[in-house]
Amino acid sequence: MSVILDIRLKRANKVYHEAEVLAGVVVITSKEAVQHQGISLTMEGLVNLQLSSKSVGVFEAFYNSVKPIQLINSNIEVAKPGKVPGGKTEIPFEFPLQVKGNKVLYETYHGVFVNIQYTLRCDMRRPLLAKDLSKTCEFIHVLQPQKSKVQPSPVDFTISPETLQNVKERNSLPKFLVRGHLDATNCVITQPLTGELVVESSEVAIKSIELQLVRVETCGCAEGYARDATEIQNIQIAEGDVCHGLPIPIYMVFPRLFTCPTLETTNFNVEFEMNVVIVLHDDHLITENFPLKLCRV
Amino acid sequence: MASVQWHARVRKYGAELQRCQLEATPVEQGDYHPLKPIIVTDSRSRRGGRKGSTSSSSSSSSSVAMDPLSSMMEGTDPLSLFAAASASEVPTLSHSSSSVELGRKQRENEDEVGADFEPWSAKRGEILSRFTTTEKLSINLFMGSEKNKASSPSSAVSEKVRTRLEELDDLEEGSQRELLNLSQQDYVKRIEELNQSLKEAWASDQKVKALKIVIQCSKLLSDTSVIQFYPSKFVLITDILDTFGRLVYERIWSMCSDPRPQPDSFSVEDVNDTAKETCLNWFFKIASIRELIPRLYVEAAILKCNRFLNKTGIQETLPRLTAMIRGIGDPLVAVYARAYLCRVGMEVAPHLKDSLNKNFFDLLASFRQIHSDTVQNQLVIQRVEIPVYLTLYSPAIHWILQCVAYRAPDVLLTEMMERCKKLGNNALLLNSVMWAFRPEFVAARATDFIGMIKDCDEAGFPKHLLFGSLGRSLACADPAESERLPILNEAWKVITKVRSPQDYINCAEIWVEFTCRHFTKREVNTVLADIIKHMTPDRAFEDAYPQLQSVMKKILTYFHNFSVLFSMEKFLPFMDMFQKDSVRVEVCKSIMEVFIKHQQELTRDPVILNALLHVCKTMHDSVNALTVEDEKRSLALLINGFIRMVSFGRDFEQQLSFCVEARATFCNLETVIIQLIHTVNQLAMETKRVMGGNHSRKTAAFVRACAAYSFITIPSLTSIFSRLHLYLLSGQVALANQCLSQADAFLKAAVSILPEVPRTISVEGKQRSSEAFLLDFINSFLSTLLVVPDHPEQGVLYLVRGLLNMVQDYTWEDNSDAKVRVYISALPLLAAMSQENYLYTIPKVDSNETLYGGDPKFVAEISRLCETLIGQVLDHLKTLGREEGVRRQGSIAFALFSVLLAHGDLRNNKLNQLAVNLWNLSHKNGYCDTRTSVRTLEHIKQQAQQPELSHLSDMLLRLSLQSRA
Repeated sequence: MSVILDIRLKRANKVYHEAEVLAGVVVITSKEAVQHQGISLTMEGLVNLQLSSKSVGVFEAFYNSVKPIQLINSNIEVAKPGKVPGGKTEIPFEFPLQVKGNKVLYETYHGVFVNIQYTLRCDMRRPLLAKDLSKTCEFIHVLQPQKSKVQPSPVDFTISPETLQNVKERNSLPKFLVRGHLDATNCVITQPLTGELVVESSEVAIKSIELQLVRVETCGCAEGYARDATEIQNIQIAEGDVCHGLPIPIYMVFPRLFTCPTLETTNFNVEFEMNVVIVLHDDHLITENFPLKLCRV
Repeated sequence: MASVQWHARVRKYGAELQRCQLEATPVEQGDYHPLKPIIVTDSRSRRGGRKGSTSSSSSSSSSVAMDPLSSMMEGTDPLSLFAAASASEVPTLSHSSSSVELGRKQRENEDEVGADFEPWSAKRGEILSRFTTTEKLSINLFMGSEKNKASSPSSAVSEKVRTRLEELDDLEEGSQRELLNLSQQDYVKRIEELNQSLKEAWASDQKVKALKIVIQCSKLLSDTSVIQFYPSKFVLITDILDTFGRLVYERIWSMCSDPRPQPDSFSVEDVNDTAKETCLNWFFKIASIRELIPRLYVEAAILKCNRFLNKTGIQETLPRLTAMIRGIGDPLVAVYARAYLCRVGMEVAPHLKDSLNKNFFDLLASFRQIHSDTVQNQLVIQRVEIPVYLTLYSPAIHWILQCVAYRAPDVLLTEMMERCKKLGNNALLLNSVMWAFRPEFVAARATDFIGMIKDCDEAGFPKHLLFGSLGRSLACADPAESERLPILNEAWKVITKVRSPQDYINCAEIWVEFTCRHFTKREVNTVLADIIKHMTPDRAFEDAYPQLQSVMKKILTYFHNFSVLFSMEKFLPFMDMFQKDSVRVEVCKSIMEVFIKHQQELTRDPVILNALLHVCKTMHDSVNALTVEDEKRSLALLINGFIRMVSFGRDFEQQLSFCVEARATFCNLETVIIQLIHTVNQLAMETKRVMGGNHSRKTAAFVRACAAYSFITIPSLTSIFSRLHLYLLSGQVALANQCLSQADAFLKAAVSILPEVPRTISVEGKQRSSEAFLLDFINSFLSTLLVVPDHPEQGVLYLVRGLLNMVQDYTWEDNSDAKVRVYISALPLLAAMSQENYLYTIPKVDSNETLYGGDPKFVAEISRLCETLIGQVLDHLKTLGREEGVRRQGSIAFALFSVLLAHGDLRNNKLNQLAVNLWNLSHKNGYCDTRTSVRTLEHIKQQAQQPELSHLSDMLLRLSLQSRA
């Protein structure tokens, strides 16, 4: 006898704002009637912090010394103890996404050391000799777009051997000059990052130009705090020895889930940066870093 | 049964004819007459109502003149309606499933792509066949990203099993495959396999795998090793991308809940959330593809899906993708990426011209990349010459320009041209401009173009190709009258300097069309002379037969006057360049086809005759033992067409000698020989006509010569029936021309070869009994014999007897009545011969009627012969009395009865009795056709009303109809 429990949210994209109501159905599929002692739904929002083994010891990292932060946890009953007839039964539910107290609901974010996740769990308790059933379904919480306008903050940049830092032998560098601009570093998360880049000159042929989106996660804990930068995605915008003097578009879509509006809290921070990486044919790697501030408008 | 006394009925042909004729009554104007021409004035007004249609076709003068067909159709014929509908609905870009949608939308939107847009599918094959390589290729596929997967399985799985599992997983995850050393065929096959596995993955719901395949495939496009193959590679891989784009589009479309939106005209509001979300997912997924080229191609492939998300999606995406291409360093890769984008753009949103233009301007801006060091180094490593390298660009640039120029205003084209000029008249670009822009546009500026071609830096792109492109445009559109000659002069000046014969002929071939179109034979002659001069050294023409053939075809298209054509000095020398037999025959055939099609009047022009005789001889000489029947037939048809067009007017002797010559020349083609015999026979009759039937000594001799020609020609034929018929025909002609001994000889010859007729002959490849053909022939032979006078030195009815003897000796098929049928049909002839005046005679030829003058001895001889024949027939009837023969017995008896009725004198009791007996015999077994019997009886009744045939009424009483019980 197999009983299949499933949660189906009405919204195809599963994106909800605060104070909205999650509407959907619990679907129970079974050949025969199912006896149960109640079906309930639990909504849970958690921030999972993990320490990287780089900043703390391996063991500490492994034992995950930071406790998850609970953002929301509420429960409703969908069905009273009883029997569900055989076949497919759909029980509709409505569950408001409402926070208790003065807690702040952060946006869903999947990172490496910081994870903000919202789930909806359906539990079916069953009498003896039958296992309780449970089904979890993630939904995405997105902040209400802010009313305020973002100040466009265009950035012009020039990259040449002279502008570089961290260079050991400046003399051995080939000559090159790359100009460009970003339309904004205060980015709206739903809009792509745009800009332009011109290779004015380059002694050595260019192999590739890439945009690297980097997340910078900071976790505070008893021993201090750990700050780690990891790559989210890498988008190539130029391949091969591009035409000099011709502007090449900078264009990057912020991936969903893996980005969220820049977040600063007492326990953890999530920030984003973008690197323009120029790889020369002799495998010289030139990187220019731009901190970004993401927001939702 | 005792022998029967034959008495032929006396016939008065004149009186009978008079009796049979209908009375002529004049037809009044306006009277109804079925043969009067029906004039239908169909006012084809598209009236919807049924009532209107009956009156819509009105008639004049005739009462039933309404055309029933058109009235059925209510004025519009459904076929033409369909045709009209489909004409505007010609598939445009056949690659996509959307072609029909485009077609439908076309009527609403003027901007859409019409049938005059050469679709990509047309270019595809050309590119694939043009850009090939013998070098080894490699495919590098890297699926998935988890490299360390192998280390994770537990140790329980033995090493061996694991590797096997991995092999199975091959395409699934984390496998990197590099296929090296593939030949071109292998490569194409692999790509096709990938295309298949893409479809399979999609069908089995492995969307991620499908996407991976597509990404990997488009990644191959960034690899420019074996650069000569790149255009073909592009074609192959974009096929996969097209497949992918279609799959994604269809899937998302199918997700739109019912009622499904119209495939072509749905708006964003019609799309439900699930479909939108899926679509969005695809775009997010694609936006995160690491490499530039796959990201670009895959996004372009599913460009159409933007329609699910918002109205302006495509409009915004196209320029962005266009700009993105700037990031591609390799100019070749970039230009093909642009071509792909233009292709998708034209398909999905043909009204968005701006991004097309932008593509082109970007292309111009980055054009100098072609000569950058990186490219040069690459070429050196791959050992590819610059001119070869540059031609790799042509398909892509052609395509881009074609898209840009499609229905573009002249202003834009002029601007484009100016921009090209600014770029230092780059030859490669110029070439594509001439290819892609409207021929009329190019033609109007031909002089400018020539100037530009002259000015442009060669840059490795050969000028003859440029002139070739210009010529192609000028072949379709005419430049201004005054410019034509200078254009030709300028162009030819360059063309004639081209060294390589292959390049030369490729270019010259194109310009021949222009020359033929606008100039006279003098210029064409000069051009031909130049071609000969270039192609003769080292037998260069051997490698250029297709081009030379095309030159010939073009000349023939424009010069239909063959005397002009052959008076071109260089035409025949030009023909001599076709030295390979098969090609030569092909060319000759095309010449003859044009001749037959376009020569209106008979000709005696010695130039034409000589030349065409030569041409025909060439065709004829190509016939050998291995030539198939169809080929022979088509050759013979062409030669016959030629022979029919030859006429020397009144100069009959010349014509005869032409035929003699032709016979010698075309001795291997039987059909031609037959035609020649017909021609000569016709010649004889024509002579007779000219002389008004009275031959002079000279013409008599000539006519005899004609007969002699036929007589000696006929035996060379192998087909026995052709021989028989020709003997008969020639005999008739000889007779008509009063050549008695010749006629005699013909007929005798015909009789003498009768025994050779095989019992079966092959008709259209099937074995058939020859009996029916033979009977036909004998019957018509018999009817000729009526007018043939007996030979003075031979016995009475020499030929008839000879024929009947042959018939008797001939080995007929077993169980066949053919012999008896011949006997029965000989009876009417004999009856006719015994008349005082014959049914027909030949003017100026004395038939037996005059020779014998109704001599009783002659008549008795005839009667005796008849009696023998009837006796034979009756004997045969007896043998048929048993079992299965009765049906045949009945029909033969009836046939004999009919002959007796028509030709025998039934006042004679014995004959009368015989007739009645035959009637009864034919009805005895009930196999006769009652309808025929009834008709026969009616006929007899009618005949009996004539005074001299009143005896028939008595007989009628004795003929009883047997009801079929």
